[in-house]
Amino acid sequence: MTETLTEILIVFIKIVCALVWFLLLTLYLTWLERKESALIQDRLGANRAPIFGIRIIGLFQPFADAIKMIFKEDFVPSFSRKFLHTLAPFISFFFVAITIAAIPFGDILRIGNRTINLQILDFNVGLLFILAMLSLGIYGIIISGWSSNNRYTLTGGLRGAAQVISYEVALGLSLIGLIMVYPSLRLSSIVVYQGELLFGFLPKWGIFLQPLGFVIFLFAALAETKRVPFDLPEGESEIIGFFTEYSGLKWGLFMMTDFMEIIIISTLLTTLFFGGWQVPWLASDGFHFPWGGELLLPHVVIVLFQVAAFNIKVFFFCWLQILIRWTYPRFRYDQVMDLGWKLLVPLSLVNIIGTGIIMTI
Amino acid sequence: MIKALGYFIEIIRGILITARHFVVNLFFHILKVLGIKTKRKGAVTIQYPEQKKEIVSRHRSLHRLMTRPDGKPRCVACMLCVTVCPSECIYVEAAEDPDPEIQKYPAKFIIDLGRCCFCGFCVEACPEDAIRMDTGNVHFAQYSQQDLIYDLDKLIG
Ligand code: SF4
Ligand code: SF4
Repeated sequence: MTETLTEILIVFIKIVCALVWFLLLTLYLTWLERKESALIQDRLGANRAPIFGIRIIGLFQPFADAIKMIFKEDFVPSFSRKFLHTLAPFISFFFVAITIAAIPFGDILRIGNRTINLQILDFNVGLLFILAMLSLGIYGIIISGWSSNNRYTLTGGLRGAAQVISYEVALGLSLIGLIMVYPSLRLSSIVVYQGELLFGFLPKWGIFLQPLGFVIFLFAALAETKRVPFDLPEGESEIIGFFTEYSGLKWGLFMMTDFMEIIIISTLLTTLFFGGWQVPWLASDGFHFPWGGELLLPHVVIVLFQVAAFNIKVFFFCWLQILIRWTYPRFRYDQVMDLGWKLLVPLSLVNIIGTGIIMTI
Repeated sequence: MIKALGYFIEIIRGILITARHFVVNLFFHILKVLGIKTKRKGAVTIQYPEQKKEIVSRHRSLHRLMTRPDGKPRCVACMLCVTVCPSECIYVEAAEDPDPEIQKYPAKFIIDLGRCCFCGFCVEACPEDAIRMDTGNVHFAQYSQQDLIYDLDKLIG
């Protein structure tokens, strides 16, 4: 009885920790986005929002934004379909937020004789689960575009639908090569496989085994986040997009969904192509360098190393995605389709065939 | 194919440029936090309420009415500025001046700054150089529109 209770408690703590990590990172990504774009454009960026006169480079700005958003009027236009209009942001938010359940943050943590998996749910089909949930998120956009009953939002929703059919196929196909190499859909075992060495010194990360798959996945994943090079549903310079009729917290949910998608894509890129929580040459008892040295470490330090490595990799990809967002102009409607169907899908097929040939040799 | 490859190279170069700006500016910001003085700064931002940009002499700022040596306004109420003003925000009421050299003086001279677009046409039109926009004052925002209606006293003072 107490055994099951502690199990439930552990799962509960894991869920809380993961969600707090996710939401805090989301909040601070808005800060990072402002600061990074400012640095790119030789500006300073938001550096006010002081608390008792302390304003450490605007670190309290996300909270000020959140408070502003909470107290804004929640406006529902009289001509909209009220129920769907309210439902849409929650659909978007929910399907992104739930994906964090399948992400492995680290290897197992041993406390006493209990082993804790640093992952909320170790699915057999973790990868498929994440992909499915991410694709379901688009329904929030389509529903919001449709239910707002406004031409601009409808255009945004339609564009969102058009974008989905252009990248979703490539997104799935680009990962098939990877699944062939690491024969598993369980994210934790994919990461464990990446701890092995290639030629005795190179960690067996996805980027070294599947470089082409990585490039295709990166493009498709950028389209998935629906931010600037692929921000067709939003198109803030012309149609404002699917959330034109939203305000206050509901709009905030859409915006948070955007940032959460960045994080999920970063964690996916990390987990699939950059070894997840693996630190090069760090085994479960310490470092084993290929040139012969050894450095044995206690278990807790190793777990800390792994979680830190995972976080650093995720931060790097968040940074990279924001850099991309502030560098490129938007693709046109037909260009995204061209890119998806004429370049990414054939390339991913080539990747699958190439992987198959190399694996049989 | 070759052309597409060219695009690809340019795309990579583009992201390298923004990444370079990011890294270089971050480097100078860190130097500043560490207290090391450098000639180059990480940002070109002027932090407005604390730092102010110097206003150049040609800048069109708050209006003022010029006065004669005896302290009366130079304006002869010719209504040229009233006519030229595109925002129709100047109101002048003329009165007769006992001095035959001057003939008219403004009994009322009101500028509604809430409507003024700071085009400077009134300054150009005035034959007496009675109105100028060289006070250098750009901080006269108010909470109510009434406070933006400037009369003779305020304009001379
Ligand atoms: S600056 Fe232009 S708008 Fe303002 S009072 Fe003079 S003429 Fe009118
Ligand atoms: S143009 Fe000059 S002189 Fe004529 S009314 Fe205006 S301020 Fe007075």
